[in-house]
Amino acid sequence: MTDTPEAHAGAILRLRNVETYYGPIRAVRGVSLDVRTGTIVTVLGANGAGKTTILKTISGIMDPQKGAVHFRERPIQGLDPALIVKLGVSHVPEGRQVFPLLSVADNLKLGAYLRSDAVHVAKDLALVYDYFPRLQDRAGQLAGQLSGGEQQMLALGRALMARPALLLLDEPSLGLSPLLVKEIFAIIRRINAEQGTTILLVEQNANMALKVAHYGYVLEVGRIVFEGPSEELLANDDIREFYLGQKQQGARGRRRWKKRKVWR
Amino acid sequence: MERVFAALWRLLVAAALLGFVAPPVLAALGLVSGADLVNYLQQVVSGAALGCVYALVALGIVLIYKATETINFAQGELMMLGAFLCFTFVAILGLPFWAGALLGIGACAVLGMATDRIVVRPVVGQPAFAIVMVTLGFGFVARSLASVIPGWGTDTHTIVTPFANQIVALGPVVISQDHAAIIVATALLCGLLYLFFTHTKLGLAMQAASQNQLAAYYMGIPVKTVFTMIWGVSAGVAAIAGLMLAPIAFVHTQMGMIIFKAFPAAVLGGFGSIPGAIVGGLVIGIVEALAGFYLPEGFKDVAAYVVLLVVLLLKPEGIFGHVRKKKV
Ligand SMILES: Nc1ncnc2c1ncn2[C@@H]1O[C@H](COP(=O)(O)OP(=O)(O)O)[C@@H](O)[C@H]1O
Ligand SMILES: [Mg+2]
Repeated sequence: MTDTPEAHAGAILRLRNVETYYGPIRAVRGVSLDVRTGTIVTVLGANGAGKTTILKTISGIMDPQKGAVHFRERPIQGLDPALIVKLGVSHVPEGRQVFPLLSVADNLKLGAYLRSDAVHVAKDLALVYDYFPRLQDRAGQLAGQLSGGEQQMLALGRALMARPALLLLDEPSLGLSPLLVKEIFAIIRRINAEQGTTILLVEQNANMALKVAHYGYVLEVGRIVFEGPSEELLANDDIREFYLGQKQQGARGRRRWKKRKVWR
Repeated sequence: MERVFAALWRLLVAAALLGFVAPPVLAALGLVSGADLVNYLQQVVSGAALGCVYALVALGIVLIYKATETINFAQGELMMLGAFLCFTFVAILGLPFWAGALLGIGACAVLGMATDRIVVRPVVGQPAFAIVMVTLGFGFVARSLASVIPGWGTDTHTIVTPFANQIVALGPVVISQDHAAIIVATALLCGLLYLFFTHTKLGLAMQAASQNQLAAYYMGIPVKTVFTMIWGVSAGVAAIAGLMLAPIAFVHTQMGMIIFKAFPAAVLGGFGSIPGAIVGGLVIGIVEALAGFYLPEGFKDVAAYVVLLVVLLLKPEGIFGHVRKKKV
């Protein structure tokens, strides 16, 4: 990764050597990454790689011990989560985290908690219902009674209600049927294309993520071990082997497996 | 076994409702004298009035519990302080009743918020036991402080309400206006709280922070401030309960002992359920009044716990509680 200023022109989000701990456990071990404005960037990694921790560090739920997070050229590490939402970062957490005993409509209303421009909020609600007609059908229903897929849509819609410039998505495919995953990812792509929302998508489902993303990073045990444009990652033999579940045929593949169990 | 309990529970509810409506029916059939019916109804009304006070204290406990998972053992003392504050503004400073009452309620709300910030917040994250001790300790301190404040002391006081010594006659049933005012005010307060929690941004944020704290943070809801405000609402409701209790009991430093009725009310309704707290309070108030009138002396004091034990035996989750199911 080059560190010239030109290389970062147009990056809405920049992480530099971020280290985040859970007590003594170093979950993120010096991560640097760029998210260019208007693109979809994915961070791929196995369970426990540190994906969720990176997103929590960006949205201010956790503070990094070291390193910097810049959003629109402004350092935001250590800021209050509410302030970061206000600046334009919305986080769709892992496992949806809807408000189970509130209606779908009230959940969406809370997504716009920090906004006071009622007219625009109403417009955005219409927009969310346009993207997710099923939410409109279930507007009066309690969020806890929705199916997993509908809850994911609600979590996405709720985040959109903050009218974010940057959307952080934590494993939106988790626990959903392949068909639903396809549906959700199609909407993610549409939101990016139609609203110009920049998206940082964290996934274990590398196949789906690389299909919608423009650029990808591979995270292993808290470190970025590989990065590149999505097509490049999709074409890369090692990525295919480790993250797309496509084992190489023949002796060559097995040899490589032995040689390079871990990246780097 | 569960089926048997469920069936017995239904039987109990049916019997209770039947017992409740039986006297008027029996009177209509001429099997019970009119005077007996009037006695019965008067007990029910005065029991319901006291039950409203239990309900409001229970409601405060439940609000704080739902939001912060802290059980506030000092909720009774918050009520006591609220009553004394109202007493201060109305009786000591001589303000008009409504102005003094509002000031007292507001002051108690502020006190509740301060309690959260200064007393409870520092121990959040410690073992549950520590939080229990802190609220219990706060209750003790509040009682002793109240007893040394000039004008408060260990004496009993009264607050003269606009309703004192007046009656409402519903046909032959005569209700003191104080009792009627308690019931009406509780109904109004519940309606207001309902509208507040479902139709205002702050109320929704309070519900959201209670249901999923982390998600509330993700929305930019200032969760800690919201919790402090819930303590404020809870203490304000406690002050209203104290103000209501003042004309039918007295204002004194030990009035916080009402928590021994409010807790059974909250548990009876299904701990954590707001409608449950209200219904639980009413049931305990009415059963207590009827037990005091019809049963030998002594039953009145244990009535709340007898009801609680029977209900918990048959329906451990309480009247409105639901068995916690793990979500997928
Ligand atoms: N609350 C926590 N306390 C301690 N360790 C944690 C906690 N949450 C996550 N970790 C650890 O941090 C590492 C990264 O976790 P996480 O960011 O959730 O990974 P991912 O989202 O990629 O599955 C893991 O090793 C995990 O065990
Ligand atoms: Mg994760």
